Amino acid sequence: MTGAEPTPGHGYLIRGASPLGGPRQDLLIRDGLIARVGPGAAPDSGTQVIDADGLIALPGMVDLHTHLREPGREDAETVETGSRAAALGGFTAVHAMANSSPVADTAGVVEQVYSLGERAGWVEVRPVGAVTVGLAGERMAELGAMAESRARVRVFSDDGICVSDPVLMRRALEYVKAFDGVIAQHAQEPRLTEGAQMNEGEVSAVLGLTGWPAVAEESIIARDVLLAQHVNSRLHVCHVSTAGSVEILRWAKARGIRVTAEVTPHHLLLTDDLVRSYDPVYKVNPPLRTADDVQALREALADGTIDAVGTDHAPHPSEHKECEWAQAAMGMTGLETALSVVQHSMVETGLLDWEGFARVTSTRPAEIGRLAHQGRPLAEGEPANLILVDPAARWTVDPYRMATMGRNSPFAGLQLPGRVQATFYLGHPTVLDGALNAPLTPAAKETAWTG
Amino acid sequence: MKHLLSTHDLALHDALRLLDTAEEMAAVGEREIKKLPALRGRTVVNLFYEDSTRTRISFEAAAKRLSADVINFAAKGSSVSKGESLKDTAQTLEAMSADAVVIRHPASGAPARLAASGWIDAAVLNAGDGTHEHPTQALLDAFTLRRHWAKVAGTGSPGSDLTGMRVLIVGDILHSRVARSNVWLLKTLGAEVTLVGPPTLLPVGVDTWPCTVRYNLDEALADRPDAVMMLRLQAERMNAAFFPSTREYSRRWGFDDARLAALDTLGLGDTVIMHPGPMNRGLEISAAAADSVRSTVLAQVRNGVSVRMAALYLLLAGGTHDDPAAPAVRENPALSPTKEPAV
Repeated sequence: MTGAEPTPGHGYLIRGASPLGGPRQDLLIRDGLIARVGPGAAPDSGTQVIDADGLIALPGMVDLHTHLREPGREDAETVETGSRAAALGGFTAVHAMANSSPVADTAGVVEQVYSLGERAGWVEVRPVGAVTVGLAGERMAELGAMAESRARVRVFSDDGICVSDPVLMRRALEYVKAFDGVIAQHAQEPRLTEGAQMNEGEVSAVLGLTGWPAVAEESIIARDVLLAQHVNSRLHVCHVSTAGSVEILRWAKARGIRVTAEVTPHHLLLTDDLVRSYDPVYKVNPPLRTADDVQALREALADGTIDAVGTDHAPHPSEHKECEWAQAAMGMTGLETALSVVQHSMVETGLLDWEGFARVTSTRPAEIGRLAHQGRPLAEGEPANLILVDPAARWTVDPYRMATMGRNSPFAGLQLPGRVQATFYLGHPTVLDGALNAPLTPAAKETAWTG
Repeated sequence: MKHLLSTHDLALHDALRLLDTAEEMAAVGEREIKKLPALRGRTVVNLFYEDSTRTRISFEAAAKRLSADVINFAAKGSSVSKGESLKDTAQTLEAMSADAVVIRHPASGAPARLAASGWIDAAVLNAGDGTHEHPTQALLDAFTLRRHWAKVAGTGSPGSDLTGMRVLIVGDILHSRVARSNVWLLKTLGAEVTLVGPPTLLPVGVDTWPCTVRYNLDEALADRPDAVMMLRLQAERMNAAFFPSTREYSRRWGFDDARLAALDTLGLGDTVIMHPGPMNRGLEISAAAADSVRSTVLAQVRNGVSVRMAALYLLLAGGTHDDPAAPAVRENPALSPTKEPAV
């Protein structure tokens, strides 16, 4: 590890990268910052030159929605393995969801997750705090204590479970205004989705699997945007999955309601037709929807109705997927495929250029999560959280070659475009040549901040 | 055919081959020695994760009439109830060299999962999975209907289909694997299917199915169906707010004495009444209807053994031919009667 630590004053010169797909530039990275952008920067001694010919430079991706499983389910993923996967996937920050065991509903647990992230050093790990104690949906958790903790929590979510009680939701939306927090809602009306196994529609009718109707998501989003309007609070909608939800969000944004939303890569590409195989690798919550929904989600992400991509990376041990559909766990891995899936479904379809890609994968999620040092422009003086991507690369997804412990990738066997060649986290290369390099150690980070 | 998992994916020629083979098997059942050596030395496992004595003994009788060795593996009271996974159970059966696994499971898709997983090499027969499919039930229903339809037409059953036959399926379609399998198979065989039931018990998406949907049983009967298939109302649906009360359900969607009489009034002398069993007498079907000459309930049970013999035979000894011109069953020496009584 020690060999990879940047010495103060030493840096990296990225040669000939295309920032956001634009004209080629050199980027000089020093002391955790982008020291210089422009052609023909000369390396001094101790500066490592990185040839970025043909590579696009993008701000490091920020995931609003990651399940790192630690504490409690270290057989599924740890902060270490999950954040390695994140770095390889081109992320410089992830939000660790609160449904660990114990639940991240106190300052103690969020600080533990935060410290684990620091110790791992691959990406910035920002814990998400639970909205209610134990995700039980009954009493508000100590949101203020989590906000004021060393983890500085700003995103609160009971993800996996909907805050379905309208009064509790209203109070939570109001309460987090005190520290500029946001409630990230898992929109799922519980009574309408009892025993739900897959999208309710043509395919569920044939397969005889209990349906998860679109209205169960849309009715909660409709209620929540009205609540957010009423109390003038910030609402974030997790993993939007239906065309109807998009319509409601569009309406809400047009009225000036402070709502943001995310979509997962898998909802941008896969449909419920895949469930015909009964292979639980396609079991996820919210479920895969129809081709019409996929199209609506893509258009919404392109026009800004949906702000961000959130992976909902959800690793599971194999025994939770190698079983009957109804008994299988819900969730898919996503950190190491997100960039490629978004490139495939948004960039190569012409819906987004790379600037737009940076907006939905970095700028907006960093703003929503209030991460001051993430999602910044690739400009002089900015924190050097950036990635180098080879857009022309093609690779075949193999879950057994991933850093995540989860083997449950629905993209296994698919050939996808785009490859992360390098990830710089606070000026430190966590990934080089498409492989893990070394984590940013606390000592190096100290240097980066003070240097 | 390597597996029999659903009727949704069953091609017409495979369906006809199964039904024609079942006719041959039915002939065996008429003999004094009801046994063929076709599957001698082969092992058939009945893997039942749900109680279903009827279906299990039907499969057991079918396998034994083909001289297969039969292992009954009831999930209750076995290692399965101690939490053994489907994967481990499947691999155990594989290690014991099972040639066919007949699986009944409460989870939709469990047989498909077993067949596609690579956990086991055996042929997989779906004996009912969750609310998905029950293909051998649909085959025995089609077999029963085909015999009736041929008799009405004054022709022979083998080789024929159900073109022009009008079949009503009545009741809880949403949760019925029997209804699903029948819709696909009867459609493939040329029948016109109409589903009748309360809107709460028809799946969202049913409008894409190859059939007509109605809510009113009396109107559907006035359209002169050739067969009326009543579905069993499961006890767990009765208190789940799908309909106000069993009395109202029975009045609106039960085949009661008045509707039995209506068939006569409408002059529908050849219309049969079917039920997959077990029946809730007085609920979805009246005792008079169940016991009337129109009822095919016992013929369905009898035909079940023939159809399951055909399925086991074609999966285990039918060769790899999928083409309709494959040698007919009767040319196969394995189908001549056992020379000596089985030991």
